[in-house]
Amino acid sequence: MGLINKESVKKKMGSRVAANGFAKFLFILATSFSLIVLGVLIYRILVEGLPYLSLDFITNFASRMPERAGIWAALVGTIWIMAVTAPVSFILGVGTAIYLEEYAKKNAFTKFVQVNIANLAGVPSIVFGLLGLTIFVRLAGLGSSVLAGGLTMSLLILPVIVVASQEAIRTVPREIREASFGMGATKWQTIRRIVFPAALPGILTGTILALSRAVGETAPLLVLGALAYVAFVPENLLSQFTVLPIQLYNWTSRPQEDFHMLAASGIIILLIILLIMNSIAVYIRNKFHKRF
Amino acid sequence: MDITINNQLVQKGKEKQDEFTPVFNINNLNLWYGQDHALKDIKFDIPEKQVTAIIGPSGCGKSTFIKTLNRMVEMVPIVRMSGEIVYREKNIFDPKYGVEELRTQVGMVFQKPNPFPKSIYDNVAYGPRIHGIKNKKVLDEVVEKSLRGAAIWDEVKDRLNENAYGLSGGQQQRLCIARCLAIEPDVILMDEPTSALDPISTLKVEELVQELKKDYSIVIVTHNMQQAARISDRTAFFLNGEVVEYTDTSTLFSNPSDKRTEDYITGRFG
Repeated sequence: MGLINKESVKKKMGSRVAANGFAKFLFILATSFSLIVLGVLIYRILVEGLPYLSLDFITNFASRMPERAGIWAALVGTIWIMAVTAPVSFILGVGTAIYLEEYAKKNAFTKFVQVNIANLAGVPSIVFGLLGLTIFVRLAGLGSSVLAGGLTMSLLILPVIVVASQEAIRTVPREIREASFGMGATKWQTIRRIVFPAALPGILTGTILALSRAVGETAPLLVLGALAYVAFVPENLLSQFTVLPIQLYNWTSRPQEDFHMLAASGIIILLIILLIMNSIAVYIRNKFHKRF
Repeated sequence: MDITINNQLVQKGKEKQDEFTPVFNINNLNLWYGQDHALKDIKFDIPEKQVTAIIGPSGCGKSTFIKTLNRMVEMVPIVRMSGEIVYREKNIFDPKYGVEELRTQVGMVFQKPNPFPKSIYDNVAYGPRIHGIKNKKVLDEVVEKSLRGAAIWDEVKDRLNENAYGLSGGQQQRLCIARCLAIEPDVILMDEPTSALDPISTLKVEELVQELKKDYSIVIVTHNMQQAARISDRTAFFLNGEVVEYTDTSTLFSNPSDKRTEDYITGRFG
């Protein structure tokens, strides 16, 4: 009693409330900054890109003449790369995650592996490009092919998939594993029938988000020697290829204004692809969300 | 003290040999979690087709003990054990006796209801399926029989394909009992099966236990002494990792031979 001076409390009241309002204002400012930048970006792209956007733009090959240029080769190339990257990174990533979470003994070595996987997720993509160039293009002799590109992209997103899958597996409660073991199930039966299905939504969400990162990557594929001008679609895994971001990079670096507008149209296509992939991730997360 | 108790046990066992065929003989069982000596020289027999209750204060090792009977305790990495547990003339720690085989004979119901995030049907069919039964007709029969056995058939028969998480806590626990019955075990271990349930659900599970002991040998851990008194035939009182007293439930509650048992059941500690 009497330790608190009511007078000074009253005096400070006004400034405390003012500081509260100021803090709120700062955070709104921070959020609106990114919203405004995003809005300007989308506006510019739509204004520049929409005029060139047509069915022809999608189905035409690249050309020296802007009015005849299209992104067909890049679009198909991107799909080819994804067709290699998705299964390879999913199988390797989920396999690694299951081993680390379910089988590996928790000791200093696995901890070391764990930390390194997390670090790999932060390594610049161009480093993975150099790795792919050394291993797949030169050592394995695959050349600048779809296969080499897809495998390099798999390496790039593998750490992200491993970490996301591990987290998904970790959320499966101990109780339901115990229930399975308690009925005489083997470890593999428990993983296949209980742990994996329960963790799958989380694993798929992580995988799709990682793949959408790969869709937008340019640097590793440039290092590998992906072509900038391609007038054909890949026929098999050893064909040469280009992808959307490389095509966009190529167009934006030309002097003619028209090609810049083409690039904007290409960006719209790329954004639509990313939007679709992220929507699938959200859909899976909501649809299969499990209550434990 | 321990010796006299053990002698009494031996005598009791002899007196009642006709009705007391043991399913488990536990001899000098010791268990450590790291340096912590959690079970000390446990020695007793568990009778067939009766309900054996295990009571004692928190941390006395009763849950640890029940989990040694189907070797679930080994999921804790730092566990060490010595002594032997004989299940129907086989030492369960014998490397030749597979843990999966043991667990198909000795089923378990856990403290918290733990159905799988699957349909009611798939929950019950899980056990038979992992043991290789694929015939739909057989599975249907096993599912119905098990759900009837767990007294939950009438409540769920029209919604077998719905997710088990839609059931109430009490229903989930009876579903878990049905899931356990579906592997047609010999012994059912229950680790505080009603501690997460409301009184009405608890009553249903208790009635069920009475029903089940006609066909199964049941070991139940409970921290509720009234429950032990209501449903069990024999009761073991655990304290600090030791069996203080193990005898007929009525004897243990009306005429305990050990002072510590008396103190515990009269509520002086624990």
